[in-house]
Amino acid sequence: MSRRQGSGIRDPGSGVGDQEPGVRDRGNPGALLRLESCTRAFGGLVAMKDVDLEVHPGELVGLIGPNGAGKTTVFNVITGIYEPTAGKVLFDGKDISGRKPHQVARAGISRTFQNIRLFRALSVMDNVRIALHLRHRHSFPAALFRTPGVANEDRAQTEEAHRLLEALDLGHLSGEAAGSLPYGEQRRLEIARALATHPQLLLLDEPAAGMNDQETDRLMEIIREIRRVFGVTILLIEHDMGLVMGICERIYVLDYGEVIAAGLPEEIRADPKVIEAYLGVENDEL
Amino acid sequence: MKSAAAHTIHTMISWLLKAVWIAGTILVLLALQPLLQSGAIIDPYWFRILLLMGINVTLAVSLNLINGFCGQFSIAHAGFMAVGAYTSSYFTLHALYTPVRNLSFAQQATWMIGALLVGAVTAGIAGFIVGIPSLRLRGDYLAIATLGFGEIIRVAILNIEEVGGASGLSDIPPLSSFFWIWLIALMTIALSRNLLVSSHGRAVLAVREDEIAAEALGVPTTKYKVIVFAFSSALAGMAGVLAAHLDLSIYPSSFTFLRSIEIIVMVILGGLGSTTGAVLGAALVTLLPEGLRYVPAFTVRGYVVEMQAWRMVIYSLLLIVLMLTRPRGLLGGMEWSWHGLSRIGGRWFRGRPSDRNLPPEEQGEGDLL
Amino acid sequence: MQEFLQQVINGIAWGGVYALIALGYTMVYGVLRLINFAHGDVYMFGAFMAFYASMWIGPRVTGVGGVVLVILFAILASVALGVVIERFAYRPVRHHPRLTALITAIGVSLLLENGGQQVFGADPQPFPSLFGSAEPIQIGGLIIVRSIVYILVCTTALLLLLQYIVMYTRFGKAMRAISQDPTAAALMGINIDNVITATFALGSALAAAAGLLVASYNPQIDPYMGLLPGLKAFAAAVVGGIGSIPGAVIGGLVLGLAEVFVGASAYGDWREAIAFALLIVILLVKPSGLLGTGIVEKV
Repeated sequence: MSRRQGSGIRDPGSGVGDQEPGVRDRGNPGALLRLESCTRAFGGLVAMKDVDLEVHPGELVGLIGPNGAGKTTVFNVITGIYEPTAGKVLFDGKDISGRKPHQVARAGISRTFQNIRLFRALSVMDNVRIALHLRHRHSFPAALFRTPGVANEDRAQTEEAHRLLEALDLGHLSGEAAGSLPYGEQRRLEIARALATHPQLLLLDEPAAGMNDQETDRLMEIIREIRRVFGVTILLIEHDMGLVMGICERIYVLDYGEVIAAGLPEEIRADPKVIEAYLGVENDEL
Repeated sequence: MKSAAAHTIHTMISWLLKAVWIAGTILVLLALQPLLQSGAIIDPYWFRILLLMGINVTLAVSLNLINGFCGQFSIAHAGFMAVGAYTSSYFTLHALYTPVRNLSFAQQATWMIGALLVGAVTAGIAGFIVGIPSLRLRGDYLAIATLGFGEIIRVAILNIEEVGGASGLSDIPPLSSFFWIWLIALMTIALSRNLLVSSHGRAVLAVREDEIAAEALGVPTTKYKVIVFAFSSALAGMAGVLAAHLDLSIYPSSFTFLRSIEIIVMVILGGLGSTTGAVLGAALVTLLPEGLRYVPAFTVRGYVVEMQAWRMVIYSLLLIVLMLTRPRGLLGGMEWSWHGLSRIGGRWFRGRPSDRNLPPEEQGEGDLL
Repeated sequence: MQEFLQQVINGIAWGGVYALIALGYTMVYGVLRLINFAHGDVYMFGAFMAFYASMWIGPRVTGVGGVVLVILFAILASVALGVVIERFAYRPVRHHPRLTALITAIGVSLLLENGGQQVFGADPQPFPSLFGSAEPIQIGGLIIVRSIVYILVCTTALLLLLQYIVMYTRFGKAMRAISQDPTAAALMGINIDNVITATFALGSALAAAAGLLVASYNPQIDPYMGLLPGLKAFAAAVVGGIGSIPGAVIGGLVLGLAEVFVGASAYGDWREAIAFALLIVILLVKPSGLLGTGIVEKV
């Protein structure tokens, strides 16, 4: 069904699709992330059903859908918080389904959370330095005795964390407790922290939630900037249509756990199935 | 950019400074030992209090690693202390035949280090074994599981004939001393602070703050919980070794759930998540009964009331009042530091307002003052 | 065979006692999500109140009336204690982190034990025989200690009464509603404070009854007598599924039977560790307990 829908979308293609590296046939071996008919059920409730999804290196892909469509479940399945009930998650050609979240992070996927999950009592600096943890080389005993090597590494981490914070306009806040920041800055800090793991793929879960228009515009700039500077591939969930249509190159639409449409922003905008899912009209056609 | 040679020199100097610090501490402790023991400065009674305080500092600071930094809740510390006390005493009772007074200082030190290692390793292994299953649980379920393990350890010791059952072990060689007790206490403090400012330590704090976020950033949370649990248990085991070789006899009844609670009181009193607080809490809990000694006895309706006898009642009241009024403990998770001291100094001079405006329950790893 | 049956009866009787205490833990956990560490000490308090009451009432009122007065006094005093604990120690920390509340509960428990030691004295006191003749009862070939019979009868009666209260009274329905969702219950017009107070009262009454029954079987009471039975009954509540009332009864019976049978076996010395071994096994295999339901954290 999604296939039929997909080919239907591509017809009126204005040629933009041809320039985009991402819009190619399914099963492209170059995909960075690929979900192969992933299903996740909680008891009788199927939160995610036969989802096929691909993200190619360098792309910025959006995942939208009405409330409760299963978008966050997709992220949780990708990052290993939930194991898929059926299907596979392939990252960089390797099957990562069933791995623990920290192993997925180590493989190169990082994420932010819909309901911000900062280490609230810790400083902004420490939030980022914790994410740099992946690349420390010293053993636990070395840390206990604080060998000079550990101290050096610590300095290097602090410098790197500082650079990251500067890049996201948070440098002046590095000593503040993360929980004391205003909402918008907490969201930015979560992105900085996710970037600190040096991910190949960054998953953003509603990065603009709770932001005003001005903040959202600034966020769009930041996301573009991040992609340019860090060369990271991005998959984002968002409710703000302006943001999604403005920056995403390709969009997947999820409804009741299933992909009902996929394509370029302008195609999605015009897709009757999508409009129906969002507005809940024309029920007689279902 | 630093050159390779400069880097090497810098590293060597760091090592050297560290060695000087350690050697200096050892020398100071060695010099203090005869001075304090002679009774010239403090009488033997207070000397003994000082020794007990050192053991309590080790226990409280090590428990703070799990309950404070890692955000788990263990009520089994006395159990691990018992493991260290019993295994090391069994070892010295069966391996050391020469009376301690006939040993040279170097020989005594070797035996003490051996006993400490035996206690630390066995308690650490016990912590590892207990930690792997229990740390799958959270919050009060974890608390209750560790409590269960602590009781199982005690019942097990009670039922092992080899270590004396209910009558315990006695005639343990007197290897423990002011020097060893405070060396281990200071070492525990130093290791704990070193850990906290390291990348591993921050990962441990991340586990406390938000396990799901920590995992998503690549922190293997289970691994850290088990490592910290085992390490903390090993330190508790060392405290057990020191206590056993100080008191020279040990009984299963010294290591009950109530002893674990006492250690928890120390940590909570000072403020969970603060090494400084744990030290302060240990000192206060050790001194409290002594302070009560000076409260004169009074009579209520013909009954003589001695405050000293009421010390456990006062502990418990203190704990309740603390939770009701200042649940984050005396220091509220703050650490003592020169930086903090200078900051308050600066504020005094310049009237600079504090740059923190957090609600109290969210103030975390700040500086003291 | 006869011996086996006798052990089963003993096991059920002890299980019933554990169940009475475990119910208090489980009901309080249901409404407050708090492990009421002091609950075992309310059990101790009940026994001591009966002890003092019988010293005073015994010479003045004889016969069944005296016994009833003693029991009523002990239960009412324990209910008062439970309510006071809730009002002054737990209510102020109700909206604090759960760990704060847990530590407060530990503090209250220590206070009752150590305070009891000062007020009641540390030495064990001989508990008066409330139920008269200590002669064992003979049923068929079985010889059963009389107080075991009392325990069985009283426990069954109390459990039936509790079942009625929880299932059919307004209070019982309100209590179950709060266990499900305190916010929704409050929105439906349930006075949460009153229901929580009543829950503590009910739990304390059951604990006091258990204290009386045990003391009449083993007539030695001391201020620490509630510590281990309390911890074990809590373990029973977790084994059955904390928050579940039938679970507490089943957990209590499982524990009682296991203790009696291990106690009679070659590993009798390990009897004291069984409750905790059971607790740990159940926590690892099915943390929500035999009858409990798990909660999934939302990400």
